[in-house]
Amino acid sequence: MQLVLEKRAERSNTIALVSPLIAIGLTIVTMSILFVILGKNPISALIVYFIDPLTDAYSLQEIAVKASPLVMIAIGLSLCYLANAWNIGAEGQFLIGAVAGSWLAVKTQGTDAGFWVLPAMLLLGAVAGALYALIPAICKVRFGASEILTSLMLVYVADLLLDYLVRGPWRDPAGFNFPTTAEFDPVATVPILVEGGRLHLGAIITLLIVAAAAVLLGRTIKGFEIRVVGAAPRAARFGGFNANQLILLTFAVSGALAGLAGIIEVAGPVGHLQPGISPGYGFTAIIVAFLGRLNPIGILIAGLFLALTFIGGEQAQIAMKIPLDVTKVFQGILLFYVLACDSLILYRFRLVFASRQVSSGTG
Amino acid sequence: MELVEAIILSVLAASTPLLIAATGELVTERAGVLNLGVEGMMIVGAACGFGGAWLSGSTIIGALCGIIAGALLSLIFAMMTLGLAVNQVASGLALTILGIGLSGLIGAGFVGERITPAPHLHIPGLTDIPLIGRILFGEDPFIYLSLALIVAVWWFLYRTRPGLVLRACGDNHVSAHALGYPVLRIRTFAVMFGGACAGLAGAYLPLAYTPFFIPGMTAGRGWIALALVVFASWLPGRLVIGAYLFGAVTILQLHAQGAGVGIPSQFMSALPYLATVIVLVLISRARTGGSTAPAALGTVFVPDR
Repeated sequence: MQLVLEKRAERSNTIALVSPLIAIGLTIVTMSILFVILGKNPISALIVYFIDPLTDAYSLQEIAVKASPLVMIAIGLSLCYLANAWNIGAEGQFLIGAVAGSWLAVKTQGTDAGFWVLPAMLLLGAVAGALYALIPAICKVRFGASEILTSLMLVYVADLLLDYLVRGPWRDPAGFNFPTTAEFDPVATVPILVEGGRLHLGAIITLLIVAAAAVLLGRTIKGFEIRVVGAAPRAARFGGFNANQLILLTFAVSGALAGLAGIIEVAGPVGHLQPGISPGYGFTAIIVAFLGRLNPIGILIAGLFLALTFIGGEQAQIAMKIPLDVTKVFQGILLFYVLACDSLILYRFRLVFASRQVSSGTG
Repeated sequence: MELVEAIILSVLAASTPLLIAATGELVTERAGVLNLGVEGMMIVGAACGFGGAWLSGSTIIGALCGIIAGALLSLIFAMMTLGLAVNQVASGLALTILGIGLSGLIGAGFVGERITPAPHLHIPGLTDIPLIGRILFGEDPFIYLSLALIVAVWWFLYRTRPGLVLRACGDNHVSAHALGYPVLRIRTFAVMFGGACAGLAGAYLPLAYTPFFIPGMTAGRGWIALALVVFASWLPGRLVIGAYLFGAVTILQLHAQGAGVGIPSQFMSALPYLATVIVLVLISRARTGGSTAPAALGTVFVPDR
């Protein structure tokens, strides 16, 4: 028996729509098996993971709060991946954005600086993220160094820089030696949308970015160039599109969005700079980008779904003592299934039972 | 002089996991497959290796557990990228994310436990020679194994017919297929060899380097191993030089931290990662006359029938 792939005459649009759903279904089946292995009731575990967070207002807000950075980063990454540029260092760009914006918050702390502080912080975060992402992009374009490896290495560097700052120069003098800055002033904090809630302005910014990306990809020449360079590099060369310039552009945009997500996270839900501000948003966003089929609206839905697994994972840990790592396993398996189902768009799977053909040997 | 000896010993130990993992990845990439999941396979290898050794009390069983775990994970990757023709970069990332989660689950029960580290070789007389004795004849068995492995891989790739076929698959899968070689099967073996090596490299960390398991203890070594393959221009000989160079950077920055040179420790810890970026740039830049990478590296192959 042998599995054979047959190329379809053209992309299957039906499968393109249902493949993420098939992938989620397969993931849930696999997770149920994992829950049984862990000695938990799979039905109640799945309810805690996927249904319970949808039933109370606090969790719903929390899903939006967690989805915000995921979607924002994934939108940027999708541009890179569409152009066949592999930025996998969004986690580092997120941290650098957080650090750069926090610099202003720390410097203006206790002064009578006005409402301009927050917009300036967001700008700083985005610019710093873009510049940080341009390092691997320039290494790629100018010297041909693999952007995959360089962008990833810079994640560790960003992590160590943040660690140094909050343990050294920026540490809160009144913080009992904890590695954290002081709480940001109100003018350096992202405003809350609903009184007493957790939902903040970042969610609105995220929606605006989703809309902007949809317009960019669907309605502009730049968006068209990005898609052509990725899908048909030869055609793009004949068309006179500058692939190198697009690598720089997509990296800069994705870095800016990751950096913006970073400073919003710090100035919003967290409220101060400390190590561990990201539960791996930069990496989970890669899954979000693929699950959303590199499409802005798809990414919005995928981001909400993965945010749900973060919240569900936390609740499952509290309610059923299911380890938090299960969420990571879940995310990894989900990405595998998404990619496998995507293969169905281009190929037809056929099981061949016939005996093997006689191979022609060394001709 | 004792300090020099201690530094050389620790450089060898720090380089070994890099060398083993990079050796496996070199074979995988020579067959034309880019498996970015080395970090994930290493960390699962570390968790399973420690678990095996802790439960059985035997370093060898621990190492075998690591090898099997790495090979099994790489088999998932092979099924995806070779069986279903999925993008190799994305699958490799999925493997890393999955591996980090799995290692946390597997290792949760072992955190805080200790095992006896792998015994070091001791040959009376030879090991006691001052200076070079311990360096040449007093290492842990994995260090000798890693050197034997890279020699064996060199011999296989350049002195045997299957090695030539494997390289042919990596350079031009269409021609290899046309000649009747089972490209996908050969690649599957290469991927699994890479996975087994990554698992062993991961297991080395808790079995010989530090006798306990911490989540995330590979700390990016899998990614550095991937960079080493590029650094070595896919040549086994240069891989040894690269691995020891990186081991040296890691250890020297640790000693510099210990000596208190007045530079914040985080900046010293960032050195191996920064060195990787700089080395990648320099190496890629030096290759102006075309790349030395296997020509079909990272491309999907679906045999026509």
